[in-house]
Amino acid sequence: MSDLTYRIIVGLEIHVQLNTRTKMFCGCALRFGEEANSRVCPVCLGLPGALPVMNGQAVEYAILAAMALNCEIAEFTKWDRKSYYYPDLPKNYQISQYDLPLGSNGYIEIPLDDGKTKRIRIRRAHLEEDAGKNLHTAGYHSQVDLNRAGTPLLEIVTEPDMNSADQVRALAVELQRIVRYLGVSEADMQKGHMRFEPNVNLVIERAGQKFRTPIAEVKNLNSFRALERSVAYEARRQLDEFLETGLTMQMGNKSTRGWDDVNEATVLQREKEEAHDYRYFPDPDLVPVTPAPEWLAQIRSRLCELPVHRQVRYVQEHGLSDYDAGVLTADRLTADFFEQATQAGANAKRVCNLLTQVGLKLANERGRDLSGLGLEPFGVADLAKMIDAGTISASAGNTILTAMVETGKKPDVLAQELSLIQKSDVGELERILDQVLAENAAAVAEITTGGKKAQKSRGFLMGQVMQKTKGQANPKIVSELLNRKLGTPDGKGTQ
Amino acid sequence: MEQKIDAQQVRKVAKLARLALSDAEIEEFTGQLGAILGYVEKMNELDTTGVEPLAHCLPISNVFRADEVRESLGTEKTLANAPDRDGAFFKVPKILEDSSA
Amino acid sequence: MSIHELTAIELRDRIAAGRVSSVEATRATLDRIDQIDPTVGAYLSVFHDGAIQAAQSVDRRIAAGEPVGPLAGVPVAVKDVMCTSFGATTCGSRILENFHAPYDATVIRKLLAADAIIVGKTNMDEFAMGSSTENSGLKKTVNPWDTSRVPGGSSGGSAAAVAARMCFTALGSDTGGSIRQPASFCGVVGLKPTYGRVSRYGLVAYGSSLDQIGPFGRTVADAALMLKVIAGHDPADSTSVSEEIAPVEDYLEKLNEPVEGLRIGVASGFNAGADPAVRQAIDRAVDGYRDAGARIVEVAMPHLDYAIAAYYVIATAEASSNLARYDGVHYGHRTPNPADYVEVYSKSREEAFGKEVKRRIMLGTYALSSGYYDAYYLKALKVRNLIRGDFVRAFERCDCLAMPVAPTTAFQFGEKVDDPLKMYLSDIYTIAVNLAGIPGISVPAGFDEGGLPIGLQLIGPAFSEARLLRIARMHEARTDWHMKKPAAVERVTA
Ligand SMILES: [Mg+2]
Ligand SMILES: [Zn+2]
Repeated sequence: MSDLTYRIIVGLEIHVQLNTRTKMFCGCALRFGEEANSRVCPVCLGLPGALPVMNGQAVEYAILAAMALNCEIAEFTKWDRKSYYYPDLPKNYQISQYDLPLGSNGYIEIPLDDGKTKRIRIRRAHLEEDAGKNLHTAGYHSQVDLNRAGTPLLEIVTEPDMNSADQVRALAVELQRIVRYLGVSEADMQKGHMRFEPNVNLVIERAGQKFRTPIAEVKNLNSFRALERSVAYEARRQLDEFLETGLTMQMGNKSTRGWDDVNEATVLQREKEEAHDYRYFPDPDLVPVTPAPEWLAQIRSRLCELPVHRQVRYVQEHGLSDYDAGVLTADRLTADFFEQATQAGANAKRVCNLLTQVGLKLANERGRDLSGLGLEPFGVADLAKMIDAGTISASAGNTILTAMVETGKKPDVLAQELSLIQKSDVGELERILDQVLAENAAAVAEITTGGKKAQKSRGFLMGQVMQKTKGQANPKIVSELLNRKLGTPDGKGTQ
Repeated sequence: MEQKIDAQQVRKVAKLARLALSDAEIEEFTGQLGAILGYVEKMNELDTTGVEPLAHCLPISNVFRADEVRESLGTEKTLANAPDRDGAFFKVPKILEDSSA
Repeated sequence: MSIHELTAIELRDRIAAGRVSSVEATRATLDRIDQIDPTVGAYLSVFHDGAIQAAQSVDRRIAAGEPVGPLAGVPVAVKDVMCTSFGATTCGSRILENFHAPYDATVIRKLLAADAIIVGKTNMDEFAMGSSTENSGLKKTVNPWDTSRVPGGSSGGSAAAVAARMCFTALGSDTGGSIRQPASFCGVVGLKPTYGRVSRYGLVAYGSSLDQIGPFGRTVADAALMLKVIAGHDPADSTSVSEEIAPVEDYLEKLNEPVEGLRIGVASGFNAGADPAVRQAIDRAVDGYRDAGARIVEVAMPHLDYAIAAYYVIATAEASSNLARYDGVHYGHRTPNPADYVEVYSKSREEAFGKEVKRRIMLGTYALSSGYYDAYYLKALKVRNLIRGDFVRAFERCDCLAMPVAPTTAFQFGEKVDDPLKMYLSDIYTIAVNLAGIPGISVPAGFDEGGLPIGLQLIGPAFSEARLLRIARMHEARTDWHMKKPAAVERVTA
């Protein structure tokens, strides 16, 4: 067994719910958690005679997302009907796109742990309508709710380019960041805005021979964690199964498995991929989409710098840690806020610290974004500049930022009101320091003789000055004064 | 004439179309569909090489709707024609296999 | 003259002038329905109360000098394939026998906005699949000229209702001849407009790329008026054509002006398959145009022979998908004791669909299924393109084509119903028009030796309805076929 190696192969089929106000082909409002079957009209109920009309916004969002995923945008695309019978599918066909998807041949760059990125190819991205929901909770029958039926979905199919559970997670997180950046989806996994279905198998090499395990498609994943764990679980399970049975991939032995969140295991749902016959054909109720070059250019102009690129740039340009850069670029509003503050002349690291240590925490607690807290990039920039100038301390800066959120006042006003402005008057501070030195001869002696406790005594004297100034002394100036009077801590003597 | 479709194929199609045809209907349709398909193959007399398929005669494309909310029917009207309901839901016998796509 | 003998336009003008009230006209129409529809069977539902109320409202507004619509007070009928928020919408099917649509089709809204009085909904072949109305799952409709014969189909109820004076005009739908052929069999005018001219929103779909709503009238002018009312762009139907591409014209404005330099195209070889009486009637009509100064142009239509084959693949493929929604889950018939949810589908559909509907669903499902798509569906779409090409080339040389509507006059009940292929083959003259998406009109052009009406079909290029109606009117103005009354019905009322 020792000469056995294996590699995980994962491709993803992803459904992203677009953030439109209304459904794909009718004017029903898209809302989560309403009374069952209340957001339904003749079109999405599939009533006789009702006809679909494309939501232009959904098409735009889909094109924008496909562009961000570096897809080629089709010059001619059309709608097809995909036929299958299911109670949550009122027409018993889904309006989708078959042979001419809106986007194709793209890629997404995902961040790897080593700070590099990896390209995952995207086979296609197409628009379609969602089905409703079947609820299987009520005894001997099932319930059908059509509120979700007709919701616009962007289906993204990647090539099997991911080779670890980490990479799968990274793609999911990155995709979420991208669609949120573009504003095309809320991408909330719990609400089913993003649904990932990984296709997993292994390439096993043993004694110079290559084997491929049967592909398993995993469903019911409603968190990044579940996605990551299900892939890792599948890898283990498939390896075990191979060792036990030697089963390899053949035509028709693809299986479907569901993720059991409680037991953290995948459970077999369908053994053999049924020979589905979807009878795709062009939907005669809809006309083709042939995006004009001007329209595409207009959409492309809304394409922003992708988060993964921003993250790398923050590290390179501003010297931020990869972690901090990741936090700031997690959503577009935060990153835009950060950039506006730095463009207003504030030190990037200072702004970063204020935002990551205080601003985002408050935002999180209150379920808002930064501007939702009443903060403005200029205000935070001013605050950062005050810290840099020594007008206030860094910790006072955090206090003031909190007060800014609470009161909506400007940082300089708050610094005054809260008496957080540091004493930077050298003459004044020197007078206080002289007094402290006079009162603490023993400590002074310890420092000037370079005793064992010299460092500690320095701190003690600093503390005394702070006490006498009620914490408002500018520590930098006090420290310089101390150096001048008693020599630097490394013993280089006075100036 | 060669038989265009046999009873087994007709059964398969009936399953796809969700029609619980009786044996008598299977037999009847096998003959009739065979005759119709035999006639339809007349199309093969035409050379259609290089001819574009014409799904629609209309010269139009890009018909969009603004993303504006229109009133829905509401639960009661939605369920008004339902053969069976359970509160605000359509009611069907237990759905076993998840065949959603 | 009896009020029933007025044309829709004549009645409208008299109502507007206060010479007759809409209530009078409506009551007379309802009485006549009560009297003769037990014999004819044209209506699936009649709105006695609703019609009178609507008529009262029109009369009140006219009396008050308020403006009213172009059909103010005129009793009309609509084929039961158009959704109405009042009454049932059955499509002649047991699967929708108790279905009440929560909305009005766009054409219904337009009729109501024009102040028409909708007196009832008419019988039809189930889901518009048929050429005789024998496929209705709910009722038998007979031909008002001979009750042993079919009225044609699938809009047989509307055609019979207009012919038997049980309404003044009516709407039908035409997927492969379903307006023109019953118009021909019942001796009335029937127009299938250009695809996209009239909104399909609320028209229950059979073959969505072929279906089009159109009017029946006893005169060309009545059909023109109805078209004016129902035509136009509808944002709820993506396949309805915008005003920029093809503005709606005033089809009545120049209706009585003959078309100058008219060129009538005739495909002699193609017409040869019709019965002698039908051929004679067409020849006579063409001679009439020649006498009126038109040039008769011989055109070749080499691909029309393939239209039936292509049509029965395309229409049934679309139908198999369009009718998938009738599954007993959300509306319509559900089998009483399903063993499981799959039986809800397969048994509900088996129980409530008629033979012809099942047959077409089977055919269409087969044509779209994996392994057969290219050979049948895709091939049919290519043939469709060749057929359209025939028309495009023909219209370079003529303004319209003249040909039969059907190879025969109205046939006996049961004559073709057991041989579906034979029934399909009778659609030979009408089907290509739907495949090409162009307008066609049937106008009365004579009778056979048994006294059954014969229709002349005129076919024009896309959106040429205004000219096509004028050409039809030229024929009507020179003949009096449209003035004849159906004998069988006259016997009932005598
Ligand atoms: Mg999909
Ligand atoms: Zn809706």
